[in-house]
Amino acid sequence: MLITVKLFATFRNGRFKVAGQALPPGTDCRTIVLSLGLTEEEIGVVMVNGRHAALDYVLQESDTLSLFPLVGGG
Amino acid sequence: MDKILRVNMSDLSTKIEAVPTAWAGLGGRGLTSTIVAAEVPATCHALGANNKLVFAPGLLSGTAAANSGRLSAGAKSPLTGTIKESNAGGTAAQMLAKLGVKALIIEGLPTEDKWYSLHVSKDGVTVQEETELIGKRNFAVVEAVEARLGKKTGLLTIGPVGELKMTAANISVKDPDSKLRSHGRGGLGAVMGSKKIKFISIDDQGAQGVKVADPEKFKVAARTFAKALLDHPVSGEGLPTYGTNVLVNILNEAGGLPTQNFKVGQFAGADKISGETMNETITARGGKVRHGCHAGCIIQCSQVYNDKDGKYVTSGFEYETIWGLGADCCIDNLDDIALADSIMDDIGIDSIETAVMFGVAMEAGILPWGDSKEMLRILNEEIGNGTPLGRIMGGGAGSLGKAYGVTRIPVVKNQGIPAYDPRSVKGIGITYATSTMGADHTAGYTIATNILNVGGYVNPLNKDGQVELSRNLQIATAAVDSTGMCIFIAFPALDIPECLPALIDMINARFGIDLTGDDVTNLGKHILKVEHQFNIEAGFTNIDDRLPEFFSTETVAPHNAIWDFSGAEIDEFWNF
Ligand code: SF4
Repeated sequence: MLITVKLFATFRNGRFKVAGQALPPGTDCRTIVLSLGLTEEEIGVVMVNGRHAALDYVLQESDTLSLFPLVGGG
Repeated sequence: MDKILRVNMSDLSTKIEAVPTAWAGLGGRGLTSTIVAAEVPATCHALGANNKLVFAPGLLSGTAAANSGRLSAGAKSPLTGTIKESNAGGTAAQMLAKLGVKALIIEGLPTEDKWYSLHVSKDGVTVQEETELIGKRNFAVVEAVEARLGKKTGLLTIGPVGELKMTAANISVKDPDSKLRSHGRGGLGAVMGSKKIKFISIDDQGAQGVKVADPEKFKVAARTFAKALLDHPVSGEGLPTYGTNVLVNILNEAGGLPTQNFKVGQFAGADKISGETMNETITARGGKVRHGCHAGCIIQCSQVYNDKDGKYVTSGFEYETIWGLGADCCIDNLDDIALADSIMDDIGIDSIETAVMFGVAMEAGILPWGDSKEMLRILNEEIGNGTPLGRIMGGGAGSLGKAYGVTRIPVVKNQGIPAYDPRSVKGIGITYATSTMGADHTAGYTIATNILNVGGYVNPLNKDGQVELSRNLQIATAAVDSTGMCIFIAFPALDIPECLPALIDMINARFGIDLTGDDVTNLGKHILKVEHQFNIEAGFTNIDDRLPEFFSTETVAPHNAIWDFSGAEIDEFWNF
C-alpha cells in the first residue's frame, strides 16, 4: 500500500518534509516512527488524515501520517 | 512600602495611596480586574469620564523568577463593552514593581483640548502637557522619549489609532531592545487616548527594589521552576526555535487553521508562512531565532525577523498575526505579513483584531483575497492616517462587517475570533463563547490539550469534556495572569509535577505567606466571578456567550465539523 508521511519541526532535520512510502499492509505508525530513526519518547503528536491517532494505529491505503515533536504556542 | 499611584485627568492631580488590605495579596489581572470592578460603573461609556485605566505588575514581577515580567492592563473595553484585561511583556512591569507601584490607576477626562504624558519615578507620578509627539507613530515616540529622558526609560505609548480612539487600538510597551510589545486586545489604547495620554514614561532610578520575605526558599523554588521551563520540550525547545508560529502547520494538519475568513480549515500556502519556513528565513538572513520580550524570559519565543537585505523588519512576530493576515486572508507572503506586523506596531493597533478584520474586509470585497500590497497600503494610509474607511476598519472586525453588511463576522462580544476554528477545535469554542473578555484564545488555551497533547488529550472534534477542559484552564489562567508570569509557563505546568508547586512556593517566599494549590485555584475562580459579575452589570447575559450563527450552519472542511453545542451546554461553564 502507498501512504504519505509528513514530518514537522525538528523531525525534518536530516530527513524530509513529505515523502510517499510503499509499505506492506498491516504496518502501524510505530513501525514508521522507528524506521525514521525517531524514538517513541520524541513523538509529541501523531495524526492520520488530520485526526489524532495512537502509535499502534494500523495504516490503510493512501493514509497521510503526520508526525510532530511536542510543540506549542498561543 | 508598596503603593497605589492614582492620576485624575479631570483636574490633572496625582496621589500616592497606601495599598488597601484587600488588594495586598493581588497582582496582575487579579488586581486590575478587582480595581475595575470596584471603581468603574459597569454601565459607563468606555471612552467617558467614568472609565479607569489600570496597570499592575504581577505578584512576582521584579523578582528573579523566570518569565515574571508581564504587565497587566485593565479597563472597561470600548470594543466589547465587557471588563478587559490584557497583558504584555516589555520592561515596564519590572520597573513598576521595583518602584513599589502595585497599581497605576488613571481616571477622569481632561477638560481642556490638550494632550499629556505621565512620568512615573521613585517620587510618584506627574502629569505634563505634551505637544511635540501628538500624531506621531510609536517608533518615533520611542526614539523621541529616549532622546529626552534616556535610553533606559520605560515606556507605554499609543499611536495615532489610539489617539483617534479606534476600538482596536492597543497600548505598546517598550521592550529591552527599544522595540514594542502590546496590550493588544480590547481597545485599551482607545481608553488611553480618551484620557489624552500619549505616553507614560518610567524611570526606576533609586527604586526600592522588590523585597523577598524568604530569599533562601525563593532561590530554591526559582531554580526548580526555571528547570521545569527548560526541561519541557515546548518551552525548552519548540518555542525558542520556531516561536509560536510553529502552530501554523499543526493546525493546518488538524484542519483547524481558519482560512478565507473561516470558510475552510486548511490553507494551501500554509508551509510558506509556517514556523519551520520562518526559522529557515530568519537564520538565512542573519536575524535572531530566539529573543525575549523582557529580561528574565528564559523561553524566548520572540525573534528578530529581517528582510532579504538583512535589515530589521519586526520582532514578536506571532502565530495569531501570521495566521490572520496569512491563511485567513489567503496571503502566503511572509515578508509582507512581517511588514504589516511592523506597521501595526507603529500605528498602534491590535494585530489579531486587525487580521480578523482584513478577512472580513476581503469577504466584503474591499480588497481581493490574497492582496498583501493593498493590505499594506490600507494599514499605512487608511487606518494609519485615520481616513473615514480607516476608522471603520480600526474599529475591528465587527465594526467593518456591520458597515458592509457582512453576515459572516467571526467575533464574540464583538472581539475577533483568533486562529483556531471552534468547529474543529471545540474546546477553544467554549473558551471563545464564555470568556469574560470576548473571543480570546489565551483565556483558556484548550489547544494545548485538544491539539498539542499537553496536559492530556481531549478529542477536538467531539463535544465530550470540552466545557470542563475550558473551565479548568480559564480558572488556572486567571490565577497565572495574576503572577506576572508569561502564559507559556502553562505548558510545563500542565506536564511537569514540580512546576506549579514551585511557582506557588515563589509567591509564598516573596510575601511570607502560605498559599496552597487550592488557594490558587480559588483565586482563579474568584477573578473569573468578579469579571463575570461586571459583565452582567454591564448588561451581558448568557445569550452573549454564544458563537456567531454561521458556525452552526456551515460545516468546515476537511472534517466537515460544525459547532453543535446547545446554549444550555455552554451555560454549564459557569457552574462552579
Ligand atoms: S516566552 Fe515569549 S511571550 Fe513569554 S515572556 Fe518570553 S518572549 Fe515574552
